[in-house]
Amino acid sequence: MADQLNIDTIRTNLQGKHGDEYWRSLEELAETDEFREFLHREFPREAAVWDESYGRRQFLMLMGASLALGGLNACTKQPAERIVPYVKSPESLVPGESLSFATAMVQGGYAAGILVTSHMGRPTKIEGNPDHPASLGATDAITQASVLSLYDPDRSQVPTNRGLISTRDKFLQELESALRAQKSVGGAGLRILTETVTSPTLGAQLRELRRQFPKAQWHQYEPVNLDNERQGAMLAFGAFAQSRYHLDKADVVVALDSDFLIHGPGAVRYARDFAQKRKVAGDKKTMNRLYAVECSPSNVGAVADHRLAVNSREVETLARMIARTVGIAVGGPDLPQHKQWIELLGQDLLGNRGSSALIAGPYQSANVHALVHAINQHLGNAGKTVTYSDPVEIEPVDQSESLRALTQEMHAGAVNTLIILGGNPAYDTPADLEFKQALGKIPLSVHLGLYNDETAAESTWHVPQAHYLETWSDARAYDGTTTILQPLISPLYGGVFSQHELLEEVLGRTGRKSHDIVKEYWRDRTRSGDFEKFWEISLNDGVVANTSLPAKSFRVRLPDSVRNGSAQKNSGFEVLFRPDPTIWDGRYSNNGWLQELPKPLTTLTWDNAALVSPSTAESQNLENGNVIELRSGDRTIEAPVWVLPGHVNNAVTVHLGYGRTHAGRVGKKRGFNAYALRTSASPWSAGSVVLAKTEKRVRLAATQMHHSMEGRQLVRSAPLKEFLANPNFAKELGAVPTSEQTLHGQHEYDGYAWGMSIDLTACTGCNACVVACQSENNIPIVGKEQVLAGREMHWIRIDRYYKGSIHDPETVFQPVTCMHCENAPCEVVCPVAATVHDSEGLNVMVYNRCIGTRYCSNNCPYKVRRFNFLQYSEEDEPTIAMQKNPEVTVRSRGVMEKCSYCVQRISSARIEAKKESRSIRDGEVVTACQAACPSQAIVFGDINDQSSRIARLKAEPHDYSLLAELNTKPRTTYLAKVTNPNDKLA
Amino acid sequence: MVVLLLVLGIIAWAATGIYKAGYTTGVGVPVEQPIPFSHEHHVNGLGISCEYCHVSVREASFAGIPPTNTCMTCHSQIWNTSPMLAPVRASASTQRPLSWVRVHDLPDFTYFNHSIHVNKGIGCETCHGQVDKMPLTWRVNTLFMSWCLDCHRNPEQHLRPPDEIFTMNWNPADGKPGKELAADYGINVKQLSDCSICHR
Repeated sequence: MADQLNIDTIRTNLQGKHGDEYWRSLEELAETDEFREFLHREFPREAAVWDESYGRRQFLMLMGASLALGGLNACTKQPAERIVPYVKSPESLVPGESLSFATAMVQGGYAAGILVTSHMGRPTKIEGNPDHPASLGATDAITQASVLSLYDPDRSQVPTNRGLISTRDKFLQELESALRAQKSVGGAGLRILTETVTSPTLGAQLRELRRQFPKAQWHQYEPVNLDNERQGAMLAFGAFAQSRYHLDKADVVVALDSDFLIHGPGAVRYARDFAQKRKVAGDKKTMNRLYAVECSPSNVGAVADHRLAVNSREVETLARMIARTVGIAVGGPDLPQHKQWIELLGQDLLGNRGSSALIAGPYQSANVHALVHAINQHLGNAGKTVTYSDPVEIEPVDQSESLRALTQEMHAGAVNTLIILGGNPAYDTPADLEFKQALGKIPLSVHLGLYNDETAAESTWHVPQAHYLETWSDARAYDGTTTILQPLISPLYGGVFSQHELLEEVLGRTGRKSHDIVKEYWRDRTRSGDFEKFWEISLNDGVVANTSLPAKSFRVRLPDSVRNGSAQKNSGFEVLFRPDPTIWDGRYSNNGWLQELPKPLTTLTWDNAALVSPSTAESQNLENGNVIELRSGDRTIEAPVWVLPGHVNNAVTVHLGYGRTHAGRVGKKRGFNAYALRTSASPWSAGSVVLAKTEKRVRLAATQMHHSMEGRQLVRSAPLKEFLANPNFAKELGAVPTSEQTLHGQHEYDGYAWGMSIDLTACTGCNACVVACQSENNIPIVGKEQVLAGREMHWIRIDRYYKGSIHDPETVFQPVTCMHCENAPCEVVCPVAATVHDSEGLNVMVYNRCIGTRYCSNNCPYKVRRFNFLQYSEEDEPTIAMQKNPEVTVRSRGVMEKCSYCVQRISSARIEAKKESRSIRDGEVVTACQAACPSQAIVFGDINDQSSRIARLKAEPHDYSLLAELNTKPRTTYLAKVTNPNDKLA
Repeated sequence: MVVLLLVLGIIAWAATGIYKAGYTTGVGVPVEQPIPFSHEHHVNGLGISCEYCHVSVREASFAGIPPTNTCMTCHSQIWNTSPMLAPVRASASTQRPLSWVRVHDLPDFTYFNHSIHVNKGIGCETCHGQVDKMPLTWRVNTLFMSWCLDCHRNPEQHLRPPDEIFTMNWNPADGKPGKELAADYGINVKQLSDCSICHR
């Protein structure tokens, strides 16, 4: 599609644009023929999917025969269904009703509290735990998708010994004899490799291990780790202090290469606090201001009022400039081109002492983190917008160093027994350490993991790990709050261990179950009299009371090395390594929901790409899909290019997690492996990289050009000042219908009238709503080929619009669902009345009536209808079927579908209210997207109830409808985006 | 021509006949079960309430099929050697559940909720017939969509006062007129034929 992409044309076209015109992609700007084809076809390129090996006559002949048989088929009766009651009914379970249990999802070692919905013993949906400080009821996209991994039929199901199926008993025998040998030498050859550990129980077990095997070593490694953060704290405070931000108190936030709203232990909470400070509605007419310095475009950069794209080495220089501007004596050069930007930022910070916050990202050096601590302390932010505490982790170590020490010993032959508790180090460790080769030298290596992955293939033993929804454990959140994890289902596959159970075997206590191990740990540590009561309450609430770490004051003493700084040498062309926004470090690569989730900004699915700026693309003569070779030293990778507006020049971003060789059917052999270029010395960037164009091409499946809306005022935004001067700006930007007349006849809504409001100021484009909807509404995945044909099925999509120059554009996200138009264009064209209005204003889709003409989709101006071109819902995978929400019909081939406003949740609330002879209360119906949204951008409710939250939001002056000029009267409306730029910087 | 019309007429008549016959709809045909359970004996003979076994009918969408333990409350003491009840005892001793055949089975795209019906004046008998006269269990209604809609469009004809929900052989003339009951229950008749009431 990029054949015609020409930067000169783009420039010329951009010059012709004026005012607030938004554009969606470079192809749109270049007005390529292919883009036009994309726009004007309902489902682009669908014709290409037609298999032309059948002629028309042959086709009709075959269809005639199958129709005749089909007619006969209809005479069979509905097959008998069975009812299998319990033998003894479990307590509190009512057949057909769902239950909800509190537990936590652990990412990167840190817990986020969740409530898991269970239907008759099957966990089907994840919601945030409102009582948990890291969640407050919301979740991120990865957490939402984790329930699918539980049922993944590709998970490993039996222990394997050197690749061959074996048994649990044989494994335990071999382990025991190896440990007996180790016992006599104090464990000198025993090594344990874990990921980041915050679990108090696991910590206690590891301490016990060190007691039994004094010479054994415990190593920790995670490819996306917080080493820089830990080292930065060491530099600044001389101790591993844990920073915690309180963004509900911050008026000015500065992000230095930090994606703090999307990734990291407290991201969901930070997004909530940040959005509360940012939204304008009702009497609140003030906003916070966000400055972002970044290398690779991120969601935070898109939300920011001011964004500066720089090379990764320049971030430290900028941090030093900020420090000097606010009055800290530090050395280092000035970057003259950014001097004014930094000075104005500094003034803003000085004007907001105690109510500003600087945040450094994990990709930036320890020096940057130390400088950020110094600036925060200098501005009086410490103790207000940022507090410090003792570390949450059991043993915070420099993980890169920890792994390096381990691999050296492995190469040297000093390790006899290596136990890998989770993780996939043979795949995701830096290339220079050659972990995979070292692993082959170990006499007994045990890999505990969810999948038969790259590490399993190289280990002598692989034992299946229990999924976190299948076992007991405990873990701590970003603020220290502890959650006891409880299982929702017993392990689906046999032969599994949890980390606790395997360690317990190593400790010589055989056959103990996770439940007993975790419970005993807590029994020993609970001083209050009634332990059972404590246990029940902790499980019920999903948090152990009073476990949040108290704030402590730490004094910054910058060492001279940080104060003086070293000259930043120009590193030439850079490769930036970043975790993939959806499949993270590769651990979720077999999760279809995450693979098909359009990555923020690029909207790519199923692949990673080498992201470059338009200028770099122009100078290297690159187009989307061109494969380039990246050479760093003697290592090379080949990667397809994706041109990303706003990317820094002279650099390329690659996402980790792809190029898996052993990942299951969904994740195998997709994209390229960026770890092959990553070194332990410089995990987040590689300098002096040579880029060479190859002749190869790869088709990348982006969703960005689908459903385009042809340059109308779809996204509306204004700076705060303009908004205050003219609150109605958003309505005035759009056209109004020429006539209110309609062929539909007037609807009257005297009961409930459901509506939705989406606040574009708060939306960070994090994708949590998309996966939440997929999980709630049984939405299938379709695969890369079908996405290329424009057939993705998501009921909610996040459109991304650009404004301004292609080199540093402003970015806006706009979630689009079915608008539930009162005058719905889809309804009048359906020949079989399969899409109709109900008395509460919902535009409902009746699957059993739909015959698949697709007229409705053709007539939908918002392009939110999705058609099952093929049998997308997996009917032949029994475990995947277990995830389905029984409250929502699973659609089959030939049926149209779309957002239903979670009609099943409305129904259930209506029935409960009717039984109690009352009205549905405001806030009683929460749609799946609304529940998941970390920044609470989505609000749903009854617009007929004048006191409801939704009615108040709809009355806001900056509320506007999409394509109001069509007189569709959408029930979903938007609150225009309000920004808060610094006047002097504008 | 006449012959052709006649033949077509006969085919149409036969097709309609088959469509509506008990063979196709299951109406009036007892379903074979692992145990020949008699509602007549338990309800009429012993006077056991519907809710003793169908416990969740007031609270949940599903009325509930009793767990084996419910059967064993009595049958561990009486008829505890009857060969007819061998499957129940086997279930209790092996902890393997009984497997009954559904008598009333709606298509998967139709969402029926028992609790809202019994809470709003629809008696068991209205849909399930005089269960107390059934030595074996069968369907008395077709469960066609048209049958559902007959009531959803005009529910007044079937409404009962709250204390008559579980009554068998109830006479509508005994209670308040349906129109008044509909008002008491707060039934919004207009809404009941929305597609989204049953399909989602």
